[in-house]
Order: sequence, then C-alpha cells, then structure tokens
Amino acid sequence: MKKTALSLSLLTALALGSASAQTTVKIATLSPLSGGQSDLGTQIRNGAQVALNEYKAQFQKLGMNLQLVAYDDQADPATGTSQARKIASDRSILAVVGTLNSGVAIPSSQALVASRVAMVSPANTANQVTDRGLSNMNRIVARDDAQGPAGANFIRTNLKAKKVYVLNDKTAYGEGLALEVEKALKAGGVQVVGNEGTEEKSDFSSIVAKIRLQRPDAIYFGGIYNQVGVFIKQLREAGVTAPVVGGDGLDSAELATIAGAGASNIYFTTVAAPLEALPAAKTFAASYQKTFNDAAQGFGAFGYDAAKVVLQGILAAARANGNKAPTRQQVEAAIRKGSFTGLLSGNVSFNSVGDRRAATLYVMNVQDGKYKLSTSLPVRPAKQ
Amino acid sequence: MDLATLLPFVVNVIAGGLVLGFVYAIIALGYTMVYGVLQLINFAHSEVFVTGAVVGFEVFRVLAPSPLNGYLKLIIALLAAMLVSGLLNVLIERLAYRPLRNAPKLVPLITAIGVSLILQDVLRIIEGFQGRFDLTYTLPAGFSGKFCGEGSSCEALGNVLRTVGIDLQLKDVILIVVSLLSLAVLNYLVNRTRLGKAIRAVAQDRVTAGLMGIDANRMISATFLIGGALGGISGVLFGMKFGTVNAYSGFDPGIIAFTAAVLGGIGSIPGAVLGGLVLGVIQNLIGVTNIFGGLLGIANLEAIDASYQRIGAFLVLVLILIFKPTGLLGKSNVEKV
Repeated sequence: MKKTALSLSLLTALALGSASAQTTVKIATLSPLSGGQSDLGTQIRNGAQVALNEYKAQFQKLGMNLQLVAYDDQADPATGTSQARKIASDRSILAVVGTLNSGVAIPSSQALVASRVAMVSPANTANQVTDRGLSNMNRIVARDDAQGPAGANFIRTNLKAKKVYVLNDKTAYGEGLALEVEKALKAGGVQVVGNEGTEEKSDFSSIVAKIRLQRPDAIYFGGIYNQVGVFIKQLREAGVTAPVVGGDGLDSAELATIAGAGASNIYFTTVAAPLEALPAAKTFAASYQKTFNDAAQGFGAFGYDAAKVVLQGILAAARANGNKAPTRQQVEAAIRKGSFTGLLSGNVSFNSVGDRRAATLYVMNVQDGKYKLSTSLPVRPAKQ
Repeated sequence: MDLATLLPFVVNVIAGGLVLGFVYAIIALGYTMVYGVLQLINFAHSEVFVTGAVVGFEVFRVLAPSPLNGYLKLIIALLAAMLVSGLLNVLIERLAYRPLRNAPKLVPLITAIGVSLILQDVLRIIEGFQGRFDLTYTLPAGFSGKFCGEGSSCEALGNVLRTVGIDLQLKDVILIVVSLLSLAVLNYLVNRTRLGKAIRAVAQDRVTAGLMGIDANRMISATFLIGGALGGISGVLFGMKFGTVNAYSGFDPGIIAFTAAVLGGIGSIPGAVLGGLVLGVIQNLIGVTNIFGGLLGIANLEAIDASYQRIGAFLVLVLILIFKPTGLLGKSNVEKV
C-alpha cells in the first residue's frame, strides 16, 4: 500500500513535471552527539556534511535538493533504536551514515530493515553487525575477526617473534581477540609460552614476574588502554623491553599518558586510519577545518567516505530510475551492488552481507609517547 | 628451567607479594580500627583511601615543576592526604554513623555502602570538572628507577639482591619504609599514650568507659581520624606504586584489604598487618602456579594462572576461618558472668 502511495505521488510529480519542482532528498547520520563519545560521533556527522557539500550541485542538476539530518544516538542502543524509528518515519530520508558503536548498529539496523533504509557504517567492527545478513547494513571498516589474525601476522612477520605471551582482560572483546591471535600464531609456527586472562586493574606483579622468567619476544594483550597502559608501565619498570601488541582497544591518547616513561615499543591494530595514512586526505582536512573550525580525525574521514558511498549509491539509483529521485529499496540495492571510487580510504565494494571486500587495518606504533603509523594491512572478509 | 633460574623467580614473586601486602596492610588497619571500637565495617574506607590517592596525585601534579627534593614532595603529599582523608573519615562518622549508633547492625552497614557510592561519584565529579578521569602520577625523577641501581653508591648491594631475585624499585623501598614507620607510630599511639588507652577502653566497653569519665564520642572521632589518616597514607602509596588511579579504583583493594583484616582477626592491629602480608604473598604465588604445574607436568596446576589470584585469596580466607573462626591473631570473646 505504502509503496503504491509513494509511486503515485512520484507519478503526480512527474505529471506535473515542472523543472522548478524540487524533490527533497535527505540522508541521515546516526552517531553519538552528546555524552562521552560525542567527539567521535560529531566527527562522523561533520565528515558526512563535507561530502554532502561536495555533491549538492550534482543533485541540484537532477532537480533534487540534498539535505543532511543529524540524529543523536548517545552511544546507547535503546536511544539509537528509537532514533532509527524516527528516521524510518521520515519518508524523504533515503539512507543513513552510522553508527559509531556496534552495540547501537545491531538494533538500529534491525529497526530500519523493514522500511529498507540502507545504513553504511564508518566505524562498526563487531562481526555480529553484518553476520546477521541484513539487506540494509553495510560497513566500510574491517571486521573484528580480521584484527586478531592481522595482529598475529604483524608479530610473526614484522616483529619476527618466535615466542609470544598472550594476555586478555576477560571481556568478550579481549578474550575473543586473544583467542584469534593465539590460533593464528600457532598456525604460523610461533610458540605461545603463556596465555591468561586477568581482571586486575593495578597489580600485575605476578604476570610480570612470569614474563621475565619466560622471556617472550613479544607480548599480545587483548584489552582496553586503561588496563593495558598500567600493565605496560609496570612491565617496563621491571626492565622488560619486548614489544607489546594489542587491538583497537589501545587506540587512545591516554595509553601513552598512563604508560608514562614506558610508552615505547607498543603496537596496535585499528580500523580508523590516522589522516596522515590517507594520501587523499589533505583537501578533505582543509575543507573540514574551514567548515567546522576544528581538525579532522580518523572518524571524520570515515564519516566522509561512508557518506560518499551513500551519495554515489543514490546517484546510481537515480540514473537507473530515469534521473528521478529513487526509492529506498533502489538505493539499498545500489549501495550493496555498487562499487565506489574517489574515497579517502580506497575503493569500496560490498560482499553479499555488506562487509567491505577489501578493507584496511592500520598498525600504529607508540614510541616515546608519540603515535605514528607503522604499516597498513589489507584484509578481506572470508565471504567475498 | 633449573634451580638457578627458578629460585630468583620465586624470591621475586614473594618479594613482589610482600610489597603489595604492605599496601593492603595499611588499608586493612583502617577497617580493623573502626571495627574495634564500633563493631562496624566501614565500607566507605575504600573511598577514603582513594581520596588519599587523589590528594597525592594533585600534590605531585602541582609540585611537579617545582625544584623541591623528591622526598620532600612525598612528605607533603603524605601529610596532605592524611589530613584530607582523616577529616573526611571523621565527617563521615559524624554525619552518617553517629545518628545510627543505636540502630540495628544492618542499618549502619547499608549506610556505609551508600556513603561509599556517593563518595565515588563525588570524586569523579571533582576530577571530571578538570577533564580528568584516569589520574596518572607524575613522580619525582628516580622514584621509578631501580633500588641501588647502576651508578648509585650502593650498587654492590643492589647487585647482590638482584642475583637472589629481590629486584626492587626505589618506590617499593620507600613504600615499605613508610608502611613500617606508620605501623610504629600507630603502635606507639595505641599502646603507649593516654589517647590510645582511652580508645582501647572505649573499644572494650563504651558504657563503662563513659562512666569512668572518657568521652566516647571524642574517642570514636579520634579513631576515625587515625584510620582515615592511614587510609590517606595507603592511597598515596598505592598511587605511587601503580601509577594510575580513578574514582572507582578503591573497590578491589578495599575488598582485599577487608579480607586481610578478617584473615588476621578483625579488630586486631597486628592481625591486619599479618593478614595483608599473607594475602599479598598468597595472591602472587597463586598467580604463578601454572609455571610450577608446567615444570612438574601436572596439567591441573597448569590451568591455575593469574585469573585465579582473587579466588585463591578468598579460598584461603574461608579455609582459615573454618579452622580458626577468629582469624589468625583474633581473640575470641569469652563472656565472663
């Protein structure tokens, strides 16, 4: 019923057919704009806005007035879901750039799937996000299950470690990551001399003693920066200089602060590239700075890329629709099937469940408290 | 693995456990003293201790650019933390516990847990206003270095210690010295002064002590002041040893120190110290059990790693209480009729 109503209204618009009649086309962003993670969420929204400004004229030519609507999910699944319902009820919103948190993306995409609103996430890494096989959920970053093997390969080939000590923080995130690393290390013929979980936040003396006894060439710690930072500090104070490797849980400036003088020889994999790792990011960074009077960061660049995927998808669907505003369903299909170019993080195309066919993981290195890009690793989801 | 590598390793683990045990011991004293006079478990003590850690952080932060001697900065930090934590503890007692002095036992206990939660968020807000959550200590240069390391006047002694596995940092030694000094002062205060005598009298029998002219309320305030000051000292030591604290850091060490106090015999001052040291060492030994399992080829032992540290500590507590319900040094109350 609804669809016929929509096509009827489109038909009327066509029948009236005046060149001045503008259809409004909106894309939404869904990310935390308030609360503790608001700086990341705001980066996503602003990045999307930069992309929108670039495409406004092209849409204008096709008689479409392009607008961005920003929704705040407060990094909270329940809030995100109710915002998703609001998005679904605004018929002029064709697609969504979001979210920041996997925990929010999972219920929100579920709330949007019935009304065929496509989502392109600039940040979600949890396997669950695309493993459910929803037709509307896509992401342009690597999956969590790519991080473990990538970390293990980095330890094996770049650090040339023969003996590795694996630790985790006993959370779903840290334990899952450490398990993947251990599997990949053993498959690569690297000896895992220790493997344990700890919920300790401050006292690592027994673990440090064991590491001193075993003398591993590298240590992998699946955990979050606030715990791992304290661990590294104590490890370095005890005179162990072996490299410490982790996942994107270490991706925080606080890590170096907490580890203090010990903040050297640390590596972590992360999906959000530092801007200097994206060769094409210069112009973007300049226009971001000009528009918002603030420096762009990794998530700003990925918000920009995700918005570009959405906009190119809408344009492709419009072309297939005789240069008229497409339906949500057409946009959803165009995003899933299309290939997108001119992005900061390389070309994008999605597999059947919405994972990026060729994503990149970035390995960052902390040396004397300074963060710099060590290397970037191409990763591919198992499904192509 | 031969004995030559294993022995220093074991000594190292035990030494680390003892250093840790001193921190627990000083925290445990706060629990035990208050329990001694009021038969109340002051669950807010963990936050009194974190307050000390936060005060210590602020002192070191403010004094970081000043050219003062490192030890002088430490003394200022300790004194400031003692003062703030001690007064805070007195305030808690006045506002939250004194009005409930004659209520059923459960009421002050729940209140104590409530005070603990309130203080956590107050601390978080105070530091949050300045945009900080994880507070990282800026220690004077050299504190994190080795004790008697290379180039120091006592390098030879340091090398001998390191050969047997006692590999301490300067701050570990400072921690032990400060703990022992605090214990000595406390011991003198409780056993050799009029104030101590009065506190012990109130602990024994509040009503009778009152009849003898001792102002019980004042003595209880004094106890909270001393216990709080000890909490402040332990907070600074904790921050110095581990480097980072936040408003919620008190829970884990608080529970362990409380366990230490029960293990040693709640209400007993030497018991609290013994309990802290025993728990520190046991925790660390349990944390490295898997190494011995690997050496002896016992698969079950190999599975026991650092994640079992806590469980092991509590298991020891349960076992000891089964065989000696009053704890290691606790005295059983025999009612004379």
